[in-house]
Order: sequence, then structure tokens, then C-alpha cells
Amino acid sequence: MTLAMTKSQRTLGLYGLIAIAAVIAPFLFSAYISQLTVLWVMVLFAITWDAMGGQMGYNSLGNIFFFGAGMYISAVVQIGLHYDVAEYTAAYGAIKVDFTPTQYYTGLVLGTIVAAVGSVLFAFLLSWVVFGLRGPYFAIGTLGIALAAGELVGAWEYVGAGSGISLPVFPGEPEAGERFFYFAFFVAAVLTFFFFRWLYQTRFGLAINAIRDDEEKAEAMGIHTMRYKTITWALSAFFLGICGSLFGNYNIFIEPLEVAFATVVFGIPMVVMSLLGGKGTLWGPVIGAILYHVIKEATWKYFLGWQWVALGLLIIISVVFFQQGIMGWAQEKWPELFGIEVEEAPAEGEEEAA
Amino acid sequence: MAAMIELRNVSKSFGGVRANQDVSMDVPAGKITGLIGPNGSGKTTLFNSIVGYHPIDGGSIRFEGREISRLKVPQIARLGMLRTFQQTRIYGNMNCVKNMLISVPHRSMGYFEIFYDHSPGELERAERLLEFVGLYAKRKLLAGDLSFGQQKLLEFAMALMNQPKVLLLDEPTAGINPTLINGLIDRLKRANEEFGITLFVIEHNMRVIMNLAEHIYCLAHGQMLADGPPDQIRADKRVIDAYLGAH
Repeated sequence: MTLAMTKSQRTLGLYGLIAIAAVIAPFLFSAYISQLTVLWVMVLFAITWDAMGGQMGYNSLGNIFFFGAGMYISAVVQIGLHYDVAEYTAAYGAIKVDFTPTQYYTGLVLGTIVAAVGSVLFAFLLSWVVFGLRGPYFAIGTLGIALAAGELVGAWEYVGAGSGISLPVFPGEPEAGERFFYFAFFVAAVLTFFFFRWLYQTRFGLAINAIRDDEEKAEAMGIHTMRYKTITWALSAFFLGICGSLFGNYNIFIEPLEVAFATVVFGIPMVVMSLLGGKGTLWGPVIGAILYHVIKEATWKYFLGWQWVALGLLIIISVVFFQQGIMGWAQEKWPELFGIEVEEAPAEGEEEAA
Repeated sequence: MAAMIELRNVSKSFGGVRANQDVSMDVPAGKITGLIGPNGSGKTTLFNSIVGYHPIDGGSIRFEGREISRLKVPQIARLGMLRTFQQTRIYGNMNCVKNMLISVPHRSMGYFEIFYDHSPGELERAERLLEFVGLYAKRKLLAGDLSFGQQKLLEFAMALMNQPKVLLLDEPTAGINPTLINGLIDRLKRANEEFGITLFVIEHNMRVIMNLAEHIYCLAHGQMLADGPPDQIRADKRVIDAYLGAH
């Protein structure tokens, strides 16, 4: 790329390259398609977490709740369209679902829509409770919601309790199903990225940054802080709900603790990925998600048994020595590359009488 | 002249400390009113009570005839009553223009308007106000890199950006380079005259407040000690005693 290219041309080129790579990847590396699929899930996780933790300064440890809620809402809708849900779950998979492609896709689309709306409603309801909390109390409060939801669903017979629910299988070749979900998650992640990219350029973006930097001042300026906080949480919930619905169908089987409200596998990494890539930046969560996922898969393959130790080490190193993350560091070093219009501070004593 | 802010018998205690006791006062619309008093006399507590930072124990606070003592900070701010902080509060990690754009008035902003882009008109107004306080040349600097005095000017410009009806200023000249003080007094007066903003100012610097305010209230030990025009306050023996510590 030459320097003569404008910034928008460079950005467009970058998007083009990523899009081409993303489309080719599942065919080129078909052995790794499940890892690549989960990569887009991770990207979506990191972006939605960063809207809360990075851009608004509310470090939620419970965002995974909306992923699990979306998953269960969608499952109940999809099964409920053709069966009695309680009867179906009570049979522990003895009832074999046999959906036609039309039934399958209408169920998936309808379930995903209801999951998105349901997650948003949950976000609005919970915001009354959690946004009374600040700082570490908010983090612990939201973590409590995610953990409690896992336990509650695990005891709820209607949705299969701890045994979970089997979902309809993709109507077609298994390879076609894998590719279908790969592209479904890719599209979901891309939409999430562009939505938040747009959001951060509006008044809304500046207002949530103001809440992050000094909420009391924001209140004193008359900013509807509660409204902004609620909407940001609801927007995160919206995309996480969609992602959860898709993931349930991708996984075919859902259960509360390891799949839906998986705090250790998915909930905490949301935070780690954002921190690693650089929280409060547009690309940070994306880069962090890719890096985290690659490291995670590599340790699973080559250091099995030590994988959690390796990931724990990664968390400690990034939190202690590299708090600004990759993008935060890069922005500090080359601000002009990121279009940040900041001039150097003048030397001391240059202050003139106004 | 109608009072914009009316306080009647406002009391506020923190544990056993009676920070404000039966304070009554009027801030007339369109004027500059001063509030003085020795350290610890309850000036900032009174400000905090007015803007809804903490609930009051008793009494009544009215803004344009409306009881506001039970409203919260952002609600009161949206009614058009804004305050600046003694310890200046600006967004240090953002440049001056962004600080200004954050400060657009939110009182009439609807649910969908919060997703709009900043209009060219807002940007122009932000730059005009930065010019008004003398920070136009520094508009792209990070606010945190400004000197303390400049940060105070920025906070003042942010308050003007919000188009308030009344502005409560907590020691606007404290910690400012003396050469900047005259410029600040001049700008406060112009904000009052040109933009029609009512000012209510806490100030320790006697020269500043005598120069600025048309009517001055003096607090001591949480109670209203005296009030009157600057010349009368300056000559009031009780005020002099309070400041010199005789009591």
C-alpha cells in the first residue's frame, strides 16, 4: 500500500482483506473450521464487552448471562413451535426431532429474534438493580447474576434442568452445517463491529466515554447517565442474545453451566480479550479476541493439562505489565495513524495571559 | 425582580456537624449574587444541597418557583441549573473540543437524538465559546495538559455550552494565576450580560467578589450572618469579625 492512499482507502483496503480472508479461510483450513467459527464468537464477545467495560467504564463480569439467556429463549421457541417443551425435555432426548428444512430455518430465525428481544428486556429489567452499583461492586453484582442464572436454570425442570436440551440438527450435510454456522457467526460479528463503530462516532459514544471518565461530572452536566448505561447494556445484550441463539444451534445441545452460562470458558475471557487488545478502542477487542483464541487453541493442542495455567499467566501478564493493551499502546505511539487530533503539550511556562 | 433560586430554612447536618442551619436566601434572575464566608462555614455544602448532590434535612429549595429539593443532580441540571466544581472537573483524556461537545444541553434531547452526530452548528458554537474564554488556539490539546487556570476556563466554557439559566460557580478564581483573574472576571460579567445567565458565585477573593456581585450573602458556622450590597458587607463588623476569627 502506498502512502498516497487516503485514510478511507486504507481502511477500505483493510476491510476488503479481512473479508476475503474470512471467506476463504473455512475452505482453505477446513480441518480447523470449528476453531474458526468460535473465533468469530470470541470477536463478538470482546466487542460487546468492550462497549460496557472499555467505552463506558462499567466492568461487567456477567455479560455471559445474555448469551445464555438468548440460547435458552431461542431453544424454547424452536422446540415450542412443534412440541410441548416440558414433555420434550422430560424425555431427555428420547423424542427425536425431525424438522424439515423450512421448519428448521423458520424456527432458527424466529428463535433468534425472540432471543434478541428477550435479552434486551432482561437488560432493561436488570439495569434497575445493577446500575445502583459502581466499580468493583458492579463487577461482582453482574458476576452474581451470571452465576445465579446458571444455577437457577440448572434447577428448572421445564428447560431440562442440569441435563439441558437437545436442539434440532442442521438439515443437510454436516460440512454444509459447519459452513452455515461459520458464516452466520462471521456475519453476526461483522454486524456487531460496524454497529458499535457507528455508535462510537455519535453523541452516544462521547456520552458513555464521559460516564467512564467522570460520571459525577456527567451527571452535573445533565447527561441522562442512567439512560445511557441502560441502553449500552441493552445493546450488548441484543448482540449477545443473537450470538447465544446461534451458538445453541451450532452446538446442537445446550446445558446451563458449561455451554450457556459458561463463566470460566466464555464469561471471563470476554474481559481478558478486551484488556489484551486494548479496551476502549475500536480494534482492540477484535485483535485481543484473535490473539486470545489462537493462544488458547495452541495451548490446548500443545500443553494440554497446563492450558488454564498458560491462560492464567497471560491474564496476569496483560493486567500487570500491559494495561493499555495492544491498541492502547499503538495509539500512544502513533496517534496520527488513528486520526487522533491531539497536539503536543506546550513546554512549561508558555502559558500566556488571556 | 423575581427570585430564580429561593432558599427557605435549609438545614443540613453530617452526623453531629450542622453544616447549614435555617439558611434562607434569594438569587434574583439576571443578576450576579455572591456567597462568602470563612473556611468551613458551609458554602460548598449549600451549593451541593441546591444542585441535589445530597438530600437536605429540612427547608425548601425552589428554582423558578418549582420545588427541587427532592430532585437528583442530572434532573436539576436539565432544568437549567449548572454548577462548576472547586476542584476543577474536566475530561483530561479528551481534547478541548470534545469536552465542549459532551456539554451540549441535554434537557430536550429525545431518545433518538442521542444517536445523532454532532451537528456543525454545535461544533461552531463549541469553537466560538472556546474563543470566548481564550482557549481557541488550544482546542485540539488534551484538556489534561492544560494548566489549572486554563482548565478552569475550559470548565466555564463547558458550562456555557450547556446553555444554563443559572450557573453556580464554586471559587472560580481559586488557584488561578493573578494575571488571568481580571480576564476571568470580565468574562463572568459578559456571560451574565451577553448570554443573560444568572450567576451565583462562591468566592474567597474579596477583591473579586466585591467587583463582581451586586448582592452578597455571608455564611458563618452554617448560619446566614449578613447580606447586602458589596459596600455594606465590606463595612459590616460581624463579617469582618467572622473572617478574622473573633466570635
